[in-house]
Amino acid sequence: MDVFFSASISILFHGLAFAMVLYIISVGLSVTMGLMGFANLAHGVFAMAGGYLTTTAMNTYGVPFGFALVFAAVAVALLSVVLERFLYARLYGAGELEQVLFTIGLIFMAVAVVRYIWGPLPQRMLLPAALSGQIDFGFRSFPTYRTFLIAISLVLIVVLWLGIERTNFGAQVRAAVDNRRMAESLGINTGRLFTLTFALGSGLAALGGGLGADILAIHPAYAFEYLVYFLMVVAVGGLGSIRGPFVAAVLLGVSDTAFKYLVPEVGAFVIYIAVIGLLLWRPAGLFGRA
Amino acid sequence: MIFKRPSSSDSAPSDSAVEQMVRSHRLRPLELLPWIVVVGAYFVFPEYLPLGSQILIMILFAISLDLILGYAGIITLGHSALFGVGAYAAGIYALHVTGEPLSGLVVAAVAAGIVGFVSGLVILRTHGLTLLMLTLAITFLIAELANKAGFITGGADGLQGIAMQEIFGQFRFDMFGRTAYVYSAVVLFLVWLFARLLVHSPFGRSLTGIRENVTRMHAIGTPVRKRLVTVYTISAMLAGLAGGLLTHTTQFVGLSVLSFERSGEIVIMLILGGIGRLYGAFVGAAVYMIAQDELAKADPVFWYFWIGLLLVLIVMFARGGILGLVDQALRLVRRKP
Amino acid sequence: MIPALETIGLKKSFGALPVANDINFRLAPGARHALIGPNGAGKTTFINLITGRLEPSAGEIKLGGAEITRLSQSGRVKRGLGRTFQINTLFKGLSVLENVTMAVSERHGAGGDMFRFAGSRRDLVEEAYDLLERLRLGNDALLPVKELPYGKQRLVEIAIALGLRPSVLLLDEPAAGVPSAETEIILNVIENLPGDIAVLIIEHDMDLVFRFAKKITVLVQGAVLVEGTPAEIAADARVREVYLGEHSHG
Repeated sequence: MDVFFSASISILFHGLAFAMVLYIISVGLSVTMGLMGFANLAHGVFAMAGGYLTTTAMNTYGVPFGFALVFAAVAVALLSVVLERFLYARLYGAGELEQVLFTIGLIFMAVAVVRYIWGPLPQRMLLPAALSGQIDFGFRSFPTYRTFLIAISLVLIVVLWLGIERTNFGAQVRAAVDNRRMAESLGINTGRLFTLTFALGSGLAALGGGLGADILAIHPAYAFEYLVYFLMVVAVGGLGSIRGPFVAAVLLGVSDTAFKYLVPEVGAFVIYIAVIGLLLWRPAGLFGRA
Repeated sequence: MIFKRPSSSDSAPSDSAVEQMVRSHRLRPLELLPWIVVVGAYFVFPEYLPLGSQILIMILFAISLDLILGYAGIITLGHSALFGVGAYAAGIYALHVTGEPLSGLVVAAVAAGIVGFVSGLVILRTHGLTLLMLTLAITFLIAELANKAGFITGGADGLQGIAMQEIFGQFRFDMFGRTAYVYSAVVLFLVWLFARLLVHSPFGRSLTGIRENVTRMHAIGTPVRKRLVTVYTISAMLAGLAGGLLTHTTQFVGLSVLSFERSGEIVIMLILGGIGRLYGAFVGAAVYMIAQDELAKADPVFWYFWIGLLLVLIVMFARGGILGLVDQALRLVRRKP
Repeated sequence: MIPALETIGLKKSFGALPVANDINFRLAPGARHALIGPNGAGKTTFINLITGRLEPSAGEIKLGGAEITRLSQSGRVKRGLGRTFQINTLFKGLSVLENVTMAVSERHGAGGDMFRFAGSRRDLVEEAYDLLERLRLGNDALLPVKELPYGKQRLVEIAIALGLRPSVLLLDEPAAGVPSAETEIILNVIENLPGDIAVLIIEHDMDLVFRFAKKITVLVQGAVLVEGTPAEIAADARVREVYLGEHSHG
């Protein structure tokens, strides 16, 4: 097979896997930003917690992969409800600076706690036998786990979009993102809506953290190190948008993979320069309202 | 009724309103307190002078941040990029051109100023989370650049073998850190004079206006973006100066000067002291650095936990930082009698 | 005579929705002119187009005969366009005097001065204070704006705009949100505005409009429906239809 073609397929495949993880983690951040105007820099903490809980449940307690993921997502969603009700909610009306400082404080604390419990080394992901190895698609083979990752993520995303599109809850979220006052005057309980959305976003982030543990390594600095990726996805996609971050994640995931693969020397810069250029052209992102 | 004249007790006599505002920039005795401490520390704690100059440098760095964060309200997590550019510029200049310190400081400030001006043009077109992300992206970009350009920056090993000449050809950097301390203190003093003038100038007032209500500033004819880019550039130059001082006093530059943690720490120092009041930088940097020196070495993991908790508590209960608490306490005391 | 402010074929649409549809409007020097229209008629859009917060899709805007269509917001202010906001847009943490001094400093081109203390420009502070005295806000000069009652905050809005010494002043619902007991004071101030300023007032309150305006323009669905003297407008069947229709729906 043509070498160039083969490389392109490879880049596309791994880029897509990376993009899925980025999107599943970041979509909650976009909605929180659009719905509550809350600059939640600690969003990555929920993904990190998901990653730690998933790997620990599997590696230490032998919980099957699927159950470990669900357990992590539910546990993190519940934890996020507590945080939202008791801490975040106090800062909904506050300035952006307060929100940023508060969430950075949370990151610092989370980093310390995680380091205290799990130590400084990255967590290993012991995949079940069925998901390790390669899968043969006839024309070439791909790593089984990443194939599974892309497939399951796409299913999740379709379910999420249908949910936002079709359910009553989804309609309320869309209405509130669009115009919060209007939604309130229509009798939507925005406080409850915030809590539910926040929990959903955090749970998804935890799922993304667990699913993506072999792409974004689970280690104490996780919430700092990948923050800029999550923020890029949200800013490029457009704050508050649900589909925008998907397009942004695919663009970022694939191009980042491509540049790191093709020009490893400067690969890491290109993505930043591209994002800066893109935001100069469209400061509100691809799908954001100006 | 809003047209009722307030009784004389609840408002100052009218002609003094102008007087009071015209005098608002006059030096109050309390403003000299930090300088008494800076001079006193030199004699009282001679064995702590190396830590002392680190504190002075962080105060300078925090003042530079206060100009944009506290006064103009630009929320950045990328201020270490400018500090780092200054540090590297000073280091490269000392290694390849001359070890003369004063010209090195100028080089550090100008290099950081150029980076600040260009990045300011970019990031100040946006706001909110996007602006914050861009400050991070630019910091990562510059850190990656320093990491990859090993032939000039020393990469992960950092810049080693920097040898500084005597200041004015007179004062050698001694092993006790005396010269370094005095050098840092004098630079900080000059920066303080400048920053104090700046925040009390019409320009400084207009920054406060932009922070308080940018829509109104547009509507009174302020060229908002020009003001912001200007202050961002000035702040970058001061941050670069701080970075240059660090290079000169430690004679080493490593990648950590560009790290996200450093950006985070300087924000925390400023918040801890109190933002938008110039002196928060002094209090916050000193308290943070001394606490870190005492506590962090024993248990760095715990240290970050307490810093995080402190930040959360400040946001929840003491938004003015330490100086804000002092203000509140003074008001309580004055109200009592 | 050159109009103080003029728009020619001004258009703006958000997507497919036209919010300003071919507006031709003239404000005479020293005018007392009101712009009225039901909710969603595009009054605020029109103001935002004039002040440069929004960019028109087509058309021209002229201030004192000179085209300003592509000029920045601050550029327009420098040429004499002042405005107040429907919702208070003030520096809440700063004192009343500081609020007005900010505007006065910018007008004198002193807002960017870095190398002198703000207090060294006593002339600017005094000018701002005089203005406050004239609006009877002198005793509140040192109070933070956020501590003032809402009615007085509305006066500060006007004071800031007057600090710019505008040739054209746009008042966006100056009495909005003010308790009825306090509106009289604001009306008084508006009625006593210097005669050389061309004033365009956007207002819902018909009593205020008919008391103040010598000329009224009615905007409906982004277009000028009719223009005339208060008597003409009051007698106009179309206006009644639009307004009574609006009011009957609450």
